[in-house]
Amino acid sequence: MIAGLYIDGTSALHRAAAGAKILAMIALGTGVFLIPDWPVVAFVLATVVLLYPVSGFGPRIIWAQIKPILWLLVIFFAVQMWLNDWQAAVLVVTRIAAIVMFASLVTLTTKTSDLLAALERAMLPLRPIGVNPEKVSLAISMVLRFIPVIATVASEIRDAQRARGLDRSIVAMVVPLIIRTLKMADDVADAIDARSFD
Amino acid sequence: MKTKDIVYIALFAALTAVLGLFPPITLPVTGVPVTAQSLGPMLAGAILGARRGGLSIVLFLVLVAVGLPLLSGGRGGFGVMIGVTGGFIFGWAISAFVIGLLIEKFWNRLNVINAALSIAFGGIVVLYAIGNAWVAVVAEISYWQATVGAAPFLIGDAIKVAIATAVCLAVRRAYPLISKAG
Repeated sequence: MIAGLYIDGTSALHRAAAGAKILAMIALGTGVFLIPDWPVVAFVLATVVLLYPVSGFGPRIIWAQIKPILWLLVIFFAVQMWLNDWQAAVLVVTRIAAIVMFASLVTLTTKTSDLLAALERAMLPLRPIGVNPEKVSLAISMVLRFIPVIATVASEIRDAQRARGLDRSIVAMVVPLIIRTLKMADDVADAIDARSFD
Repeated sequence: MKTKDIVYIALFAALTAVLGLFPPITLPVTGVPVTAQSLGPMLAGAILGARRGGLSIVLFLVLVAVGLPLLSGGRGGFGVMIGVTGGFIFGWAISAFVIGLLIEKFWNRLNVINAALSIAFGGIVVLYAIGNAWVAVVAEISYWQATVGAAPFLIGDAIKVAIATAVCLAVRRAYPLISKAG
């Protein structure tokens, strides 16, 4: 089973409802765009960063969230300095950082299973327009099961194609991978139908 | 929607996740990283068609959003999705849908040229239109500047269009799924 990005803890954010955290994230994401005022956004960012130690995360985890987008932030800062002024540059960079840091915090403090449960509840009102939550749940659990299976089939095919000297051709890898897994998918579908899922 | 369709949707969501496991190749000279993952939406659309292809990418994105590290480089969670490059990630679902729509339209007379054009339109034109617009809003730069910034990635995407075209035509001969959906 694939491990989620959740890190266990007992803080207030860990205990808050998944749906509430998602709504807060949407509110924050919208808010920092509605108020294009750098001191306000910088304050929001500072508050978000402060929530990390409050939720029991140290500087290493904070750094891990910001590191992947750091180069983009540097580029955007430079572009804004060049086109506009430093206030605009600070606004753009702090805004992105605030959104990303808060969204990451939601991911770190919410179990994947809780988010999936919130998703299922959110889908219930969509039933009249043809969304079937049971089928979505089935699809989700199948993806999680298929990932290791596909990875195994892929490594088998790579070995087979290496023996033929084709291991550098991506097409010679992907075509058999797709056809083999499509055949498997048909068997899986028959097995589900045989158990009268529908 | 039949059980088979649900299984296909799950399969291509999983395939997109597995494509993210391959380490990115760094292009010579420009140093731009190219990941295999964006082949996923192209293949999903070109092999499953608009509806199933688009839904399989939506499903993949749902799993990323709930915190599974399925994006290339083991990334995941809301942070990546609503961050700077979020438009390119959400754009995948629309990209897969558009590719599927075009491939379905050309299905009975599909050849290298119209398949490649369909995949390039959905996978490059549509995807970059969404992705660049997102970057332009987030970074407060003009649409044109965002387009220039994204240009180095086109080389990798052109390669992926070629691969997806070859794969789509081969799978169409061996295991056609779109006409079956009929």
